[in-house]
Amino acid sequence: MNTVAVIDYGMGNLHSVSKAIEHVAPEANVLVTSDASLIREADRVVLPGVGAIRDCMAEIQRLGVDELVKEVSQDRPFLGICVGMQALMQHSEENSGVDCIGLLPGQVKFFGEPLIEEGERLKVPHMGWNRVSQAQVHPLWQGIDDGERFYFVHSFYVAMEQSKYVMGSSHYGKPIDAAVGHENIFAVQFHPEKSQHSGLALLKNFVQWNGQV
Amino acid sequence: MGLAKRIIPCLDVDNGRVVKGVQFVDIRDAGDPVEVARKYDEQGADEITFLDITASHEDRETMVHTVEKMASEVFIPLTVGGGIRTVDDIRKMLNAGADKVSINTAAVFNPEFVREASERFGSQCIVVAIDAKKVSGPGEEDRWEIFTHGGRKPTGFDAIEWAKKMADNGAGEILLTSMDQDGMKNGFDLGVTRAISDAVSIPVIASGGVGNLQHLVDGVKGGGADAVLAASIFHFGQHTIPEAKQFMVAQGVEVRD
Repeated sequence: MNTVAVIDYGMGNLHSVSKAIEHVAPEANVLVTSDASLIREADRVVLPGVGAIRDCMAEIQRLGVDELVKEVSQDRPFLGICVGMQALMQHSEENSGVDCIGLLPGQVKFFGEPLIEEGERLKVPHMGWNRVSQAQVHPLWQGIDDGERFYFVHSFYVAMEQSKYVMGSSHYGKPIDAAVGHENIFAVQFHPEKSQHSGLALLKNFVQWNGQV
Repeated sequence: MGLAKRIIPCLDVDNGRVVKGVQFVDIRDAGDPVEVARKYDEQGADEITFLDITASHEDRETMVHTVEKMASEVFIPLTVGGGIRTVDDIRKMLNAGADKVSINTAAVFNPEFVREASERFGSQCIVVAIDAKKVSGPGEEDRWEIFTHGGRKPTGFDAIEWAKKMADNGAGEILLTSMDQDGMKNGFDLGVTRAISDAVSIPVIASGGVGNLQHLVDGVKGGGADAVLAASIFHFGQHTIPEAKQFMVAQGVEVRD
C-alpha cells in the first residue's frame, strides 16, 4: 500500500490537497494527520500550508513538526506546498522576520510595494495562473510542458542561495523560485491541488516517484 | 508579464440550484451546481465563485455538502460567498474545500471582522465583496457608494475609501459588483472598477453587467481588473469559456489557454 501522509498542523484547507491526491491515485492511502507515528510510517509525506508564516511556524514548532520534517525528509519522497515550501527555508521576512525549519538553503522575501514591471504596477498577492519554466529535468515534471501555468497565491517568494536547488522558476515583477528540490525533497510555491491538469499531473508524478533524481 | 487575467464563472445558488436573476428578480434555473462547476472546469475556467443567495440561510448544510462535493471533483480555486458572518462560517467553508470565502454584509456591519478573518486564516482566502452604486448626479464628480441587501440598502460609505479600508484590514482580493450594471448586460461600470483597481494594491475582480465578450476585455483594459466574473453569458450557452479566452487573446489580453 502506497501511503501518503499530509501533515496536519492546523493551518488551512488540507482537504483540497488530500482530495487531489486521492483523485490521481485512487489506490493510495492518503492520511491527513498530525500523528507522528503515522507520518513516520508513511511512504511519502506532504507538508502543505497557507496563511501567515509566523502562525504556521508557531504551530509547526508547538507540535514538533519541525523535527519530524527533518527526520522523514531524509529518506522518502517529500513534497512541500506554498507556505509548506517556505517553511523549509532558513528564514522568512514575513511578520517582521521568522526563522523557519532550515532544511534548504534559501530565504523567503517580500515582493515589495510597489512592484513595478514594464511601467505597470503589479498587485500583491501574486494571485492567479503563471508560467513555470523548468530549470532542471526532474521526475516530477514528467509529462508537464515547460512553461505550463500553475495557480499561485502568495505575497512572499523563495530565493535559493544556489541555483542547483532551483527546479522551476517563474516571473512576477522579479524572478521567483517556483519549485525547488534536493535529492528526495521537492517543494513548490504554487498550488498543484488547484492547478487543474498540470497540478494533478505533478501530484501523480509525486505519488509514483521513488525519490531518486 | 506572465500572470494571466482570470475568467471566473459565477454560480448564484439558491436552495441547491444554480440560478441567475436580472437585478435579483426574474430568476431562471441554470442547473445543479456541481455539474455546472465540472463543466466550467472542463472548459478551462480559471476559478469558480459560488454565491449562496438563499434568502433565509436556514439551509446552510446543503451549501456545505455542495461545496464538499464540488471540491472533490473540481481542482481549480473555489470561492464561496453569501451569508459568511462569523469565523466559524469561514472555517466550515474552508474545511468543506473552499479556497476563499467572500465576505460582504458582515464586513459592512463589522469591518474588524475582515481583520480577524485574515489574521486567522490568511489574507489569501479572504475576498471582500463590494456592491457599489453610482450616487453622483449628472455633471457632478463621479462618486460611488456601497450598498447591502442586494443593492437595496445604502450605507453612506464611499466605495473607493471602503475598498482601501478593506485592503488595509487584510482582504486578499476585492470582488467588485456594480449594482447599476448587474444583470443589465451593458458591461461593467469601468469608472468604479478603474478607480478601485488604482486605489488598492490587491487584485480586483470585476463583476456585474457582462453581456458580451468585449465587456470582459473592457473590464481588464479599461477597468484595470485582474479577473473578470460573469454568469449568464456562460450559463445559458451564449458563450463558452474557450470562446471568451480566444476573444481576449485576440484583443491582446494574456489568459491561460
